[in-house]
Amino acid sequence: MPCLKTTHKVNIPLIHFDNVSKRYPGGHTGLSNVSLRIEAEEMVFLTGHSGAGKSTLLKLIGLLERSSAGQVHVNDRNLTRLKNRQIPYHRRDVGMIFQDHRLLHDRTVFDNVALPLIVSGLGHKETGRRVRAALDKVGLLHKEKSPPITLSGGEQQRVGIARAVVSKPPLVLADEPTGNLDPALSQEIMELFSQFNQVGVTLLIASHDIDLIKRMQKRVLTLSKGQLTGDTIGKSIHVP
Amino acid sequence: MSLRKRLLNAPQIWLQRHAQVALASLGQLTRNHLSSLMTCSVIGIALALPVGLHVMLGNLQSISGTWDSGASISLFLKQQIRDDQATSLAEKLRLHQRIEDVELITREKALAEFQALSGYADALEALDSNPLPALLIIQPKADFTTAETAQLLVRELKLLPEAEIVQLDLQWVRRLQAITVIAQRAVVVLAALLGMAVLLIIGNTIRLEIQNRRTEIEITKLIGATNAFIRRPFLYTGFWYGLFGGIIAWLLVAISITLLSGPIAQLANLYQSAFDLSSLGISTVLTLLLGSALLGLIGSWLAVGRHLNAIEPS
Repeated sequence: MPCLKTTHKVNIPLIHFDNVSKRYPGGHTGLSNVSLRIEAEEMVFLTGHSGAGKSTLLKLIGLLERSSAGQVHVNDRNLTRLKNRQIPYHRRDVGMIFQDHRLLHDRTVFDNVALPLIVSGLGHKETGRRVRAALDKVGLLHKEKSPPITLSGGEQQRVGIARAVVSKPPLVLADEPTGNLDPALSQEIMELFSQFNQVGVTLLIASHDIDLIKRMQKRVLTLSKGQLTGDTIGKSIHVP
Repeated sequence: MSLRKRLLNAPQIWLQRHAQVALASLGQLTRNHLSSLMTCSVIGIALALPVGLHVMLGNLQSISGTWDSGASISLFLKQQIRDDQATSLAEKLRLHQRIEDVELITREKALAEFQALSGYADALEALDSNPLPALLIIQPKADFTTAETAQLLVRELKLLPEAEIVQLDLQWVRRLQAITVIAQRAVVVLAALLGMAVLLIIGNTIRLEIQNRRTEIEITKLIGATNAFIRRPFLYTGFWYGLFGGIIAWLLVAISITLLSGPIAQLANLYQSAFDLSSLGISTVLTLLLGSALLGLIGSWLAVGRHLNAIEPS
């Protein structure tokens, strides 16, 4: 069962962007002057058109990219100052979920989910216990010995989710997690996210599925051309 | 799990992980057994060459070494000297102050040996008289085995009325030794060059491996793997390549020696010496295996250092 790894003081946000810009080499602007705060235990959606900067924002949090200007703080860490060799330890505290799942197809479901625990050097017995708990949570315990390729798209995504939460990170990022799924499966995934949120995991989910987001009744951040244009709750989203 | 318990378990987990990665990379090699075998064979052949030459040189040295200490003088007697005259000459020479021992090979004995060993038995029977002279093999006393002192003895022996040819079998032994030293240097140079070739082979194999597993590396980095963690399986793969290459080199040399030992024993027999081709000593084998495994490790380290940092998840 995921739970908070570190207790955050109420006044320190889990994610804090202060005038953050990201320009890619070649001149393309990913984000310009974005400031935002996301408190611990929030569940926040990130929406906007393709190219609005959703992925860039998530990549800055996971340190897949570094900001060109401004300060990014995540989990009490100043990411702007974090050295390259410290990046792995930061990523262990951020579970990441992708539209294309990014599973290793030459390994079983179990081994895929176990990867974050192996990477952080957890013992064999403890690893097995936690992997089974995570797989049980996403309803795939019976598939632990299968290769991911034999699973349906929704099941593969749930393996990806199990992998993201197995090490109990305080923060989980999801980039278009339901992009390839039909509405019913998408709803299932969202309910799973809600359950994680209820036990204290902070979630930031990028999605352009407006209907789904509206139904979830959560905080929604809207990006447009790299700028933050909306910060609302639930139904009143407006995507320009 | 408490911190104390985690710390106590840490070394055990570390070992466990290493064993796991070592076995997993070994498993990966056996799954692609054909290409792995080919890579290991290339490494093995490259290593077998200097190792084989080293063993051959070792043998050559041990032969020339025994020859040197036993530098003897061959005194061929004139044709007309009869065997009984030869025997009395041998007796006389045995009393010489500079001579340790004299071995007499009478004309009769020489003919018998020649017939037995040369295969010209029939041709010899056709001759009506024995064409071979009697031979005295003279072993100088220990103080007179150096080139100069032995030469003095040779000069003295040449003055004997019975002497036809006096031969000191030392000069060519010296030359052979000089050549052996040069050959040894050449083997070291060759070993260095082929060692470099092995480094390149392993480096290139690992580079391809890294490219093949690019996605896996990206995903593992995304999940928070350190570079050390990602490097580890490739280093083990290089280690195994090197080790198996070394084992193949060992087998190749051992087989070659077995194949050669028969003919060489025969050759040695023709020279009337019982020479056994010595095989790879345990220390040579250990050095070979250790060296090849180390080459594998270094080769993969170089490749990993160059190519792994270039892969970052996006």
